[in-house]
Amino acid sequence: MSQPLLKVVNLKKHFPVRGGMFSRVLAKVKAVDGVSFELGKQRTLGLVGESGCGKSTLGRTVLRLHEPTAGQIFLDGDDICTLDREALKQRRRDMQIIYQDPYASLSPRRLIGQTIQEPLDVHKIGTPEERKKRVEELLDIVGLRKQVLSRYPHEFSGGQRQRIGIARALALNPSFIVADEPVSALDVSVQSQVLNVISRLQREHGIAFLFISHDLAVIQHVSDDVGVMYLGKLVEYSDSGSLYRDPKHPYTRALMSAIPIPDVRQRAKRIVLAGDIPSPMNPPSGCPFHTRCAEAMPKCSQVVPPRVNAGSAEKPHYVSCHLFDGSPESPA
Amino acid sequence: MTDEVAKTLLCVRNLVVEFDTRFGPVRAVDDISFDIFPNETVGIVGESGCGKTVTGLSLLRLVPSPPGRIVQGSIILNGNDLVQLPENDMAQLRGDDISMIFQEPMTALNPVLSLGTQMTDVLRQHRKMTKREARNVAIDMLEKVGIPVPEKRIDEYPHELSGGMRQRVMIAMALSCNPKLLVADEPTTALDVTTQAQVLEQIVELQEEFHMAVILITHDLGVIAETCQRAIVMYCGNIVETGTVEDLFQRPRHPYTKGLLESIPRLRDERIAELPIIPGMVPDLLSLPAGCRFADRCKYAQADCLQTPPRLESSGDAGSGVACYHPLN
Repeated sequence: MSQPLLKVVNLKKHFPVRGGMFSRVLAKVKAVDGVSFELGKQRTLGLVGESGCGKSTLGRTVLRLHEPTAGQIFLDGDDICTLDREALKQRRRDMQIIYQDPYASLSPRRLIGQTIQEPLDVHKIGTPEERKKRVEELLDIVGLRKQVLSRYPHEFSGGQRQRIGIARALALNPSFIVADEPVSALDVSVQSQVLNVISRLQREHGIAFLFISHDLAVIQHVSDDVGVMYLGKLVEYSDSGSLYRDPKHPYTRALMSAIPIPDVRQRAKRIVLAGDIPSPMNPPSGCPFHTRCAEAMPKCSQVVPPRVNAGSAEKPHYVSCHLFDGSPESPA
Repeated sequence: MTDEVAKTLLCVRNLVVEFDTRFGPVRAVDDISFDIFPNETVGIVGESGCGKTVTGLSLLRLVPSPPGRIVQGSIILNGNDLVQLPENDMAQLRGDDISMIFQEPMTALNPVLSLGTQMTDVLRQHRKMTKREARNVAIDMLEKVGIPVPEKRIDEYPHELSGGMRQRVMIAMALSCNPKLLVADEPTTALDVTTQAQVLEQIVELQEEFHMAVILITHDLGVIAETCQRAIVMYCGNIVETGTVEDLFQRPRHPYTKGLLESIPRLRDERIAELPIIPGMVPDLLSLPAGCRFADRCKYAQADCLQTPPRLESSGDAGSGVACYHPLN
């Protein structure tokens, strides 16, 4: 990894909560709170976490679909936070998004052909014939037949719609796609079909993905690197192999043990977390996870744990937890 | 199931449930039969539209009508055929002998009534308790499902609770009359995995404590493997395979069960390039094939599969069977 394709530095997105007289800002939801990561060319970073942890907000903020509150986003070395509207629009060719809900993300009144061709029209790419040809090519990539072009979204199943959404995202030949829970709304047998389409895009088209999911097994299947989010923060971040083999953060460990395994021989002993995720409007002091952590120490409620590298210099394995920050309280 | 010949608690035979649509009636559940024994947890698993939820709803006669109706079959609970029971008697049974919890706890709870009011309703109706008695039982139940400070929580409203808490309240309410059978329809699907783990653990504990049978309807094979003793696999309105979870997960006999198991992404030691898939998609209930409904997606299909639909043949032990002309193994 010489120069990363995408580099995110200390990104924050805070949403104001308004109310009372004159809609004053009463509080802030810190949906994304100081997240940094890098995404190499042709690689996939999986982001995993539970609802409300800020993973979708992070995905959208990286594309500037939400304006970041603070921080920098470099795409190929350029800080996209400083781009004006026109320049941003040009840059968006390189970065696209696939949404979770295939029923809400396609306009019900447009033909599939129009939907897939729209990005080409917006960016005025090619002649009408060339655009048509490109659309057919895209259908082929996602495994749909040409006949679908003159039909409407309601005629398709969830899996087919998701393929259409993928074709639209591919239209401009992006180098980077944010996939926000692309298979969560699908049934198992269809989910595997769509995941295989995504694997092929990674392999054959060299597209880099920021792949967001709540499902650790899906994330493992598609990702080179994995980040675990909790209450707006990246609590653990490393290459996929190291994270799954040796999860370090107590939250990651609990999350992994909570997955029901479809194998009766491995009815696992679970770490069952007590309580619910705290409100991001009023996150706990210190480490955000200390209220549910079985290994919490006194300092966890007072000091925000710094991000430390618990791996090696070549293979970093970052974790934000006092168990690993080398202080006297932590175990050897 | 075992040789002590547990008396069946619930016996479903040849159940057919139809729905009227603009294009004519469709059979969401088409001729299914199964037994449930006391104290066991049985999973019903399948993908969207396979009829698993409609099966659950028909056990309580809650299929919305119109457009739906039970057109054939019997559901015997305690010697009573629920299909024939007058609505008044059925209402007495619901919440008492047989209870149900739903996927989305927010829509199942009444947002304008406090938890206490909703919970005591059941008890006062079925157990003729006074307000005070019912309140005490309700507080006990909330404590059993792990709600902290139940005597305070009971006066709160559903919107004040998190998703996991609401589902616990639903469970407390469903169990307050000590039913013999609990039908749980995707009880953890709307929850996060860590909350799901809590709620599943709770259901397993309560199942033992209350000596009830549980029918757990889910699309998640992992949930089935971890909580059930037996499972029923449904596809397109039919039961395609039933058996103990050990058999189903280790020696699936129906190609659909096998395909489903293989296509789940699971934690592995090595990354694999492509997941095994089941090609194609579920046929339209309005235009079903003549033979096996899975045939056009099945790599083992042969000519005879396309002629007449296979019947569920039980194999040896009670409650295990497969509907396939060419079962695996």
